[in-house]
Amino acid sequence: MAEGIKDKVAIIGMGCTKFGERFDAGPQDLIVEAFIECLEDAGLEKKDIQAAWWGVHMPDISVGRGATILGHTLKLPFIPITRVENFCATGSEALRGAVYAVASGAYDICLALGMEKLKDTGYGGLPVAGMLGYKMPLVNFNLSAPGGFAMLATKYFSQYNLNPQEGKMMLARVSAKSHRNGMLSPKAHLRREITVEQIMNAPIIAWPLGLFDCCGVSDGAAAAIVCRADMAKKFRKDPIFVKSLQIAVSSGEEMLYTKWDGSHVEPAYRAGIAAYKEAGIKNPREEVSMAEVHDCFSITEAVTMEDLQFSPRGRVKEDIEAGRFNLDGAQPIQPDGGLKCFGHPIGASGLRMMYEMYKQLQGKADKRQLKDPKIGLTHNMGGFPSMNIVSVCIVGK
Amino acid sequence: MVGIKSYGAHIPRFRLDRNVMQLALLFLGFAPLRGEKAVANWDEDSITMAVAAAVDCLIDENKDRVDGMYFASTSQTYALRQNAGIVAAALDLKTDTRTADFTDSTKSGTAALLAAADAIAAGSLNSCLVSAADCRVSKVGSNGDYTYGDGAAAFLLSKENVIANIEGAFSTTHDFVDRRRLEGERTEHMWEERFIRDAGYMKFIPEAVKGLVDKYKLNIKDFSKVIYACSFAGTHSALARTMGLAPEQVQDPMLNNVGETGVAQSLMMLTAALEDAKPGDKIMVVSFGQGCDAFYLTVTDNITKMKGKKGIKGNLANKAALGSYEKYLAFRKLMPSEIGIRGEETLYTSFSIVSRDNREIYGMVGTKCKKCGTPAWPAQRICPNPDCGAVDQIEPYRFADKKANIFTYTSDFLAPSIDPPSSYGFIDFVGGGRTGVDFTDCDANSLKVGMPVELSFRIKFTDEKRAAVNYGWKGIPIVS
Repeated sequence: MAEGIKDKVAIIGMGCTKFGERFDAGPQDLIVEAFIECLEDAGLEKKDIQAAWWGVHMPDISVGRGATILGHTLKLPFIPITRVENFCATGSEALRGAVYAVASGAYDICLALGMEKLKDTGYGGLPVAGMLGYKMPLVNFNLSAPGGFAMLATKYFSQYNLNPQEGKMMLARVSAKSHRNGMLSPKAHLRREITVEQIMNAPIIAWPLGLFDCCGVSDGAAAAIVCRADMAKKFRKDPIFVKSLQIAVSSGEEMLYTKWDGSHVEPAYRAGIAAYKEAGIKNPREEVSMAEVHDCFSITEAVTMEDLQFSPRGRVKEDIEAGRFNLDGAQPIQPDGGLKCFGHPIGASGLRMMYEMYKQLQGKADKRQLKDPKIGLTHNMGGFPSMNIVSVCIVGK
Repeated sequence: MVGIKSYGAHIPRFRLDRNVMQLALLFLGFAPLRGEKAVANWDEDSITMAVAAAVDCLIDENKDRVDGMYFASTSQTYALRQNAGIVAAALDLKTDTRTADFTDSTKSGTAALLAAADAIAAGSLNSCLVSAADCRVSKVGSNGDYTYGDGAAAFLLSKENVIANIEGAFSTTHDFVDRRRLEGERTEHMWEERFIRDAGYMKFIPEAVKGLVDKYKLNIKDFSKVIYACSFAGTHSALARTMGLAPEQVQDPMLNNVGETGVAQSLMMLTAALEDAKPGDKIMVVSFGQGCDAFYLTVTDNITKMKGKKGIKGNLANKAALGSYEKYLAFRKLMPSEIGIRGEETLYTSFSIVSRDNREIYGMVGTKCKKCGTPAWPAQRICPNPDCGAVDQIEPYRFADKKANIFTYTSDFLAPSIDPPSSYGFIDFVGGGRTGVDFTDCDANSLKVGMPVELSFRIKFTDEKRAAVNYGWKGIPIVS
């Protein structure tokens, strides 16, 4: 009988680079920057690491395929390294590899490191050409990431009878909140307050999403060192324990069958249920103190609040308007500013989310520090609303 | 007797006002024509227009009886790879269909039609589809630039249930060089207009008409419509006077609202004539190229049963102004235009995929679960219905001819496009199945959830490195 991983693994060190248009830094600089902070935070030496999971989504831009670049860059001494990739959930997939390896009893101490160098493409947004293979461009639409998620907004507005003004206003409040939080994050890419009016009046990227409904496109890396829970306090007094780490992947039902309503993300709902069950959470709205969710676009965050059962279906607008998810609200979301302000270096994002939960639980979040959070959650989504991978990880003291 | 069983047409939605052209091109001289011309959307070419006309033609027809497909064009996409084969694949015709391309002369459209008629008369074909389309590019400011329009006409020929019998034909050949283009050239060269008028149209068209009339002992006064190709409006009128035609006998050459459409011109005029024809009417058709094909038809009682076609009338009514000549140049890639560095990303064309999944990609044939009836496109071996999941219980199911409605949509300024924003969405098919499609021929602001959509065979992207024009089906949202 499977036991799950609850409280078997602890995070004892984390590192995160400054995110942004790092025209100053190459991919290997970013890897080193995140790793050194992580190693020093854990108080370990390199030789203590027994295995590593390395996440990069578009290595053809930066470092090439395979795991060798991590070994080469960090001079890791012939340890097992596995490269993982799972669309935009790649960072969480690296963490999952390390956490499950320790939970299995195979290793005591493992490293997860994710990096993405996007700003060497020469253009904004994520490269999508070829991401679905040679055949898809012949049969599918000419889509971009904002377009894929804009269709979620169109359908959400239609389903819940929001006119474009009402719908866009709901989304503008999501982005304005994240920008207020991002101002307080020294490592964020975008650190400027943006008003709801500015957001509403911004140029359209993919209708109905405007410029400020979209997260930044950035370079960055983040890393975690995890160990057996029973040995964690040997390394530090305030380790963070993994309560659950679940993923769910689309079955094809959403895109091919006509039952999906198009205004929610089914794998997010499924991964949430699985993660809550493992972590022993009965009422997510009350029990989850804070979350970093995958706000690649404002609509993604709004819909995720419903998928993770923080808000009732079709009613997230009320919670947004009431300020529930603000830094001083009942359930702060994106305390660090989220993907909105950090941008989305794909391989790094899932680990960057965890970095904020880790710092908040340790009381080290500086001006963003929440009052005594107990349970933190990261939600990392890869793909498009119609076809995706969602990872939900729950951590606590 | 062999005749036309059905007709169809396609005129691209965009029209370019010749006054708009004149403003951009005044420095090169004056426009030879007034009015507007039909111009293909950026994702249309002679193949896609031939498919659109053929789809119109095949409405309510039994496709399984079609065993021939002739494609005619002087602007065919591929020089090596049969263009008719792509048209046949898009229409999902049977593989035991005879296909051929008729090219190189503007009389190739009638050549294809007469060849089809002869093959049926000889008993070697049962039912042959002929689709003629031209989408030519000309030198900026040239006579052709102003005069030529884009369009297509299609006919289904058969011995049974015809709407018009093809009674007889007469052809001439003259190595008369009005226009020419060598292999590898994109735009044509034209000799002096006065020469083409006097030594060409004014000589060869009356000659062909006389040849047909004499051969079959006809009286030109008995024809309700006389159709003859011509790219000059003045010459077209002069020919009517020369041949003694009454004004009501002259079929409008559509030079001022469509333009001269090459191989398709006389056949589009025939489609227009059939739309207004009554049983017993006699119609004469004369094409023009290096010589002429002339033939005549007698309309039967079945003409009264023709309905539901877009035809020329429907296509003329569905129009939108292109707005600028520069946009036309960008659409035809006559002017390099910025589509962003993102647009420089390479999409790789694998011809083993195109061949293996040809019916799926070009024919939009997916699968239907034999157990629960769920349709799916792209094709699925395992049923996507979560309550079914049957394995390999599938039969082919064509989506291209099904009605659909918009499930959700966006108009995207980030995705690279010659004509941003790129509009696309998911559509739900009536009868089941959901898929994502690009939208075309639409105004982004008119899109709505639930809007009806019809499918249209279009260019998806070109891959110049691998000499590939990639086609697929897109959605045209229907504004009610």
